[in-house]
Amino acid sequence: MLGFIIQRLLQAIGVMAVMSVIVFCGVYAIGNPIDIVIPPEATQEIRDAAIQRLGLDKPLYEQYFIFMGNLLQGDLGRSFVYNIPVLELIGGRLPATLELVLISVISATVLGVSLGIYAGYRPDSWVSKTIMAVSVLGFSVPSFWVGLILILFFAVNLGWLPAGGRGDTVEIWGVAWSFPTLDGLSHIVLPAVNLALFKLAMMIRLARAGTREIMLTDTVKFARAAGLSEGTILRRHLLKLISIPIITVFGLELGSTLAFAVVTETIFSWPGVGKLIIDSIGVLDRPVMVAYLILVAFLFVTINFVIDLVFALIDPRVRKGATA
Amino acid sequence: MTDPVLSVKNLSTHFFTRAGVVKAVNGVSFDLARGEIMGLVGESGSGKTVTGFSLLGLVDAPGRIVEGSVKLNGTELTTLSQRDLRKRRGSDISMIFQDPIATLNPMLTIGQQMKMAIDAHERLGTRAADARATELLTQVGIPSAAARLRAYPHEFSGGMRQRVAIAIALLHRPSVIVADEPTTALDVSIQAQILTQMRDLAAETGTAMIWISHDLAVVSSLASKLAVMYAGRIVEQGPTATLLRDPRHPYTAGLIASLPAMAKPGTPLTQIPGTTPSLLSLPLGCPFAPRCDHATNRCKDDPPMTHTAGRGYRCFHPTGQTAKAPA
Repeated sequence: MLGFIIQRLLQAIGVMAVMSVIVFCGVYAIGNPIDIVIPPEATQEIRDAAIQRLGLDKPLYEQYFIFMGNLLQGDLGRSFVYNIPVLELIGGRLPATLELVLISVISATVLGVSLGIYAGYRPDSWVSKTIMAVSVLGFSVPSFWVGLILILFFAVNLGWLPAGGRGDTVEIWGVAWSFPTLDGLSHIVLPAVNLALFKLAMMIRLARAGTREIMLTDTVKFARAAGLSEGTILRRHLLKLISIPIITVFGLELGSTLAFAVVTETIFSWPGVGKLIIDSIGVLDRPVMVAYLILVAFLFVTINFVIDLVFALIDPRVRKGATA
Repeated sequence: MTDPVLSVKNLSTHFFTRAGVVKAVNGVSFDLARGEIMGLVGESGSGKTVTGFSLLGLVDAPGRIVEGSVKLNGTELTTLSQRDLRKRRGSDISMIFQDPIATLNPMLTIGQQMKMAIDAHERLGTRAADARATELLTQVGIPSAAARLRAYPHEFSGGMRQRVAIAIALLHRPSVIVADEPTTALDVSIQAQILTQMRDLAAETGTAMIWISHDLAVVSSLASKLAVMYAGRIVEQGPTATLLRDPRHPYTAGLIASLPAMAKPGTPLTQIPGTTPSLLSLPLGCPFAPRCDHATNRCKDDPPMTHTAGRGYRCFHPTGQTAKAPA
């Protein structure tokens, strides 16, 4: 098990190193931030000074090594635009995204897996058919449109829920969170539903496909022949047997939603990181872009690492294969 | 004769598919005494497995038992509610399957799976349950059973896995075990070991067995009586030795003749011409008639089960010398 963890850690470090090069080169290939950072009527001297101050006069590889050197010391640089440390900038926005995404992905998974198992267990009932119809909608209706309709319906017409913003927040560990307050929670509902819809549809499909497959296997027949109740079979056998693809997708969705919840965040004026990165790209704020993309890569690597650990924890065959 | 533990009368299981009604099991009847082993033989698709599932009430939709009776220790199973039927499964009647890799859950330990099977019928503490599981594993020949409770299925060989499955089926000392080709996926030497063991277990515990197989050679070494299935019906049944020595139904005769052991070395193996009919559109009358040398016009009618001297067959033109006299 320890060998497995070390092996995965080394892989993770390798992936991060490659990612940093790609991101750095990619971001530095587009546009010239100087044109945006300083006013066009600035003198050549001011311009040169700014270039020098931002380190843009140095060759690319040198900039990269300076950046990496700082990175290893925990310094991701300062925003060209806001002139504050990037980490502070992102850190201030991350909790908003984090709570929104966690709530939506987790509830989509719990609900989606339950509905999917039901639909797979009783494929011919009208309830199952309704569930599947809803899941098709979840897949095919564009997210931004759903967001607008949600606002129109629940915020404008019915007036039940607020249309945007984070509402009241509470400080925990020096960070503002919305979910502990009732007002904050009511602000989360609509964007969370908006984000969750696609994931819900996907989880329903995954769980249903898995259930239909597993219910036909000899494992289930043998369990039935041994007199196990259907409830026990679903809880103890089925849930474990369908869990691998569900956990995989859960991890991927968690990562990609954390990184790219931008559409929903924009529609609901949710002050998360998605909105930050879009703004940064608009003004070519390179340090923010680079730091953000590297954080995203780090996030994915971490999530995948955790998921591999979870696999090893629940599936003895993975555990065995890894140490052998 | 004492009352049979299992008495099956005129059992029919049909599948209502879009293509039509598949008559997988069609009027099957047999009795099974305590500790008796019956071999149920036939080609693939002859309805052996569906018969087995019907006994446990485990026929999946779109199939269902359309008529007949299954009496286990005097209780009619076909009319029981799903709830009551579940209580019987595993405790009074259980089943083992062909592929032990597929039957055990790869993500749970043997101990967990045995505990679940125990919990389904009895409230036992962890320690008592472990003791019971260990006892059964030892009984089916698994060495250092107590330690193996924490092992996962993939840590066992195929033969050992099948023994685990058998141990699970035996946990509550059922009256009847339906064994659906449990040795087909195993090596010949392991197969022989398990067969011997099952025979001993049946004798020791008084558990009756229905041994489903397409391999007449395997079954005949184990079972005291045979039932030969063809196209959803039992075409011949009787004591193993009698049936093998002196088959009445031409299909049974064909099966015996096609055993490799019956062929002279170097000569081609005998085979029954033709293939099994589709269960969707069975021919009128005897379903074996199109493949039968003995078939006449009379075979367009359905031959009833003829009972003589402890055996029965469905044929108007039985083979064998002694049979010619009454016809």
